[in-house]
Amino acid sequence: MRPFTLQKPTTIGQAVSGKKESAQFLAGGTNLLDLMKKHISQPDRLLDINSVLSEKIESTAGGIRIGANVRNSAAAANELILSKFPLVSHAILKGASPQIRNMASMAGNLLQRTRCPYFYDTSLPCNKRKAGSGCGALKGETRMAAIVGHNPQCVAVHPSDLCIALSALDARVIINGKDNKETSIPFKDFHKLPGTNPEKDNNLPANAIITAIEIPSNPFNKNCSYLKLRDRESYAFALVSVAAALQLNGNRIVEARLASGGVAHKPWRWYEAEKFLKGKTADLSNFKQAAEIIARETHPLNGNEFKVPMLKGAIEVALQNCLTA
Amino acid sequence: MEKQKYSRRFFLSTSAMAATLAFIPVGVKAFYNNVKKLVIPLKEKMAIKLSINKAKYNLTVDTRTTLLDLVREQLDLTGTKKGCDHGQCGACTVHVNGQRVLSCLTLAATVQGKEVTTIEGLSQGSELHPMQQAFIECDGFQCGYCTPGQIMSAVGCVNEGHTHSVEEIKEFMSGNLCRCGAYNGIVQSIQKVAK
Ligand SMILES: Cc1cc2nc3c(=O)[nH]c(=O)nc-3n(C[C@H](O)[C@H](O)[C@H](O)COP(=O)(O)OP(=O)(O)OC[C@H]3O[C@@H](n4cnc5c(N)ncnc54)[C@H](O)[C@@H]3O)c2cc1C
Ligand code: FES
Ligand code: FES
Repeated sequence: MRPFTLQKPTTIGQAVSGKKESAQFLAGGTNLLDLMKKHISQPDRLLDINSVLSEKIESTAGGIRIGANVRNSAAAANELILSKFPLVSHAILKGASPQIRNMASMAGNLLQRTRCPYFYDTSLPCNKRKAGSGCGALKGETRMAAIVGHNPQCVAVHPSDLCIALSALDARVIINGKDNKETSIPFKDFHKLPGTNPEKDNNLPANAIITAIEIPSNPFNKNCSYLKLRDRESYAFALVSVAAALQLNGNRIVEARLASGGVAHKPWRWYEAEKFLKGKTADLSNFKQAAEIIARETHPLNGNEFKVPMLKGAIEVALQNCLTA
Repeated sequence: MEKQKYSRRFFLSTSAMAATLAFIPVGVKAFYNNVKKLVIPLKEKMAIKLSINKAKYNLTVDTRTTLLDLVREQLDLTGTKKGCDHGQCGACTVHVNGQRVLSCLTLAATVQGKEVTTIEGLSQGSELHPMQQAFIECDGFQCGYCTPGQIMSAVGCVNEGHTHSVEEIKEFMSGNLCRCGAYNGIVQSIQKVAK
């Protein structure tokens, strides 16, 4: 690690005013310290925000507000989340390990960097780590890489599980900017595609701080599921994952939500398939057709074509699991 | 062909320079140190107060010091092990305020005001913690390297109540890897204590 000063602001105002490009907020540290040890992130100042942000989960008029500092394990075990937004809990529990979930904050989870091997190896090219150095993965090892939304600049995927559930449930990210005023960003616009600046993962304004995540009330608590396929049963990042949620009237689908991890630079919503499922009978034949629609949207790279049939299967199973949830 | 960077002459001249450096006056060395400060960032030191295994410590540490390196290298609490140093193996598991966490991804300076427990703080004097006893009785280890982390994690697993089935124990112990593959003994140890 490069030397740094460590400061402990006591208010959100102090935290944002102390933040500059060369400084980093420190929450659980599970991603940041790892990257600092590898000299991928080299802040000269850390602002420990652990006593600044809320650790509360509150029900609001329109839904729920989860403080940025709530630990992943606390959110997964929270009664309100389990009863009204169980998809969030299912997704969190498929991520990382119990120790890491005890440390990881909600905000930190959103901002964790990709696990693309080229990003992690500082001797290899990676546009996300070093702008303009090229994408090593494009013609290299693509097993963990994207199958949709990528471009020749970057084929990395966003590694979070929590974010897939938040994307499916149309969450909002609450932030305080440099002016210390509260604003919010809809989840679908929070993370971005690589574009011409893959070094940026998201649209969080420079030096802004995430203070909370809000999820609007929804009817998906009865029929939802999270399925994660990976190289080992537990404690591994997704090859593909699926968050599925259905609102049912009898066996008719009133509304469907489908999102995937491990497939794109950002949590990916399958809007076409959702539209297709609306009004249909909740049965395997329709689920299979939804999976077909999704498969047609993908553009696998040389070497990760296997992800497409894997994703199709995952979509079908996740939707079926909604019925037995 | 690229010109060779290091010739014999380069070596002779640099070693001669190094030899002279040893004899140059202190003032020049101080000047050199000042220049070095400008080029290489200085380590930042910080005074911290910690409570580890109920003992209080007043220490001055480099801000970069992880809790893992602090207990092992400065406090001689070498029971906690360093496996990967990147959050991937669980060998460094300790408790902070009763919760199992990874000490390799925790800065020592961030646990001020909290109670840290390492494997050394688990037993009551010479009386082993039930989980330590269970690991001995159920062959919960072979080489023993992962064991302190496994035991700290296992105690967390039982406290959290994730012991309803073998599958649940395995899932909630997945953050601790064992190269010897003592997993069956580890699961049995946890079942024994959970009862
Ligand atoms: C071995 C391993 C396996 C893992 N497996 C998974 C997995 O399977 N699925 C998964 O989803 N995740 C996984 N993770 C990632 C883990 O979930 C993240 O590291 C964690 O969520 C990050 O949260 P944190 O609080 O520790 O963030 P930190 O490391 O403290 O911070 C991460 C980034 O967010 C910034 N930041 C933090 N809080 C704020 C804020 N409030 N406002 C603005 N910026 C902020 C920091 O400056 C930093 O840049 C794994 C991690 C490890 C080490
Ligand atoms: S040493 Fe901390 S997880 Fe491996
Ligand atoms: S007992 Fe040897 S690594 Fe687990």
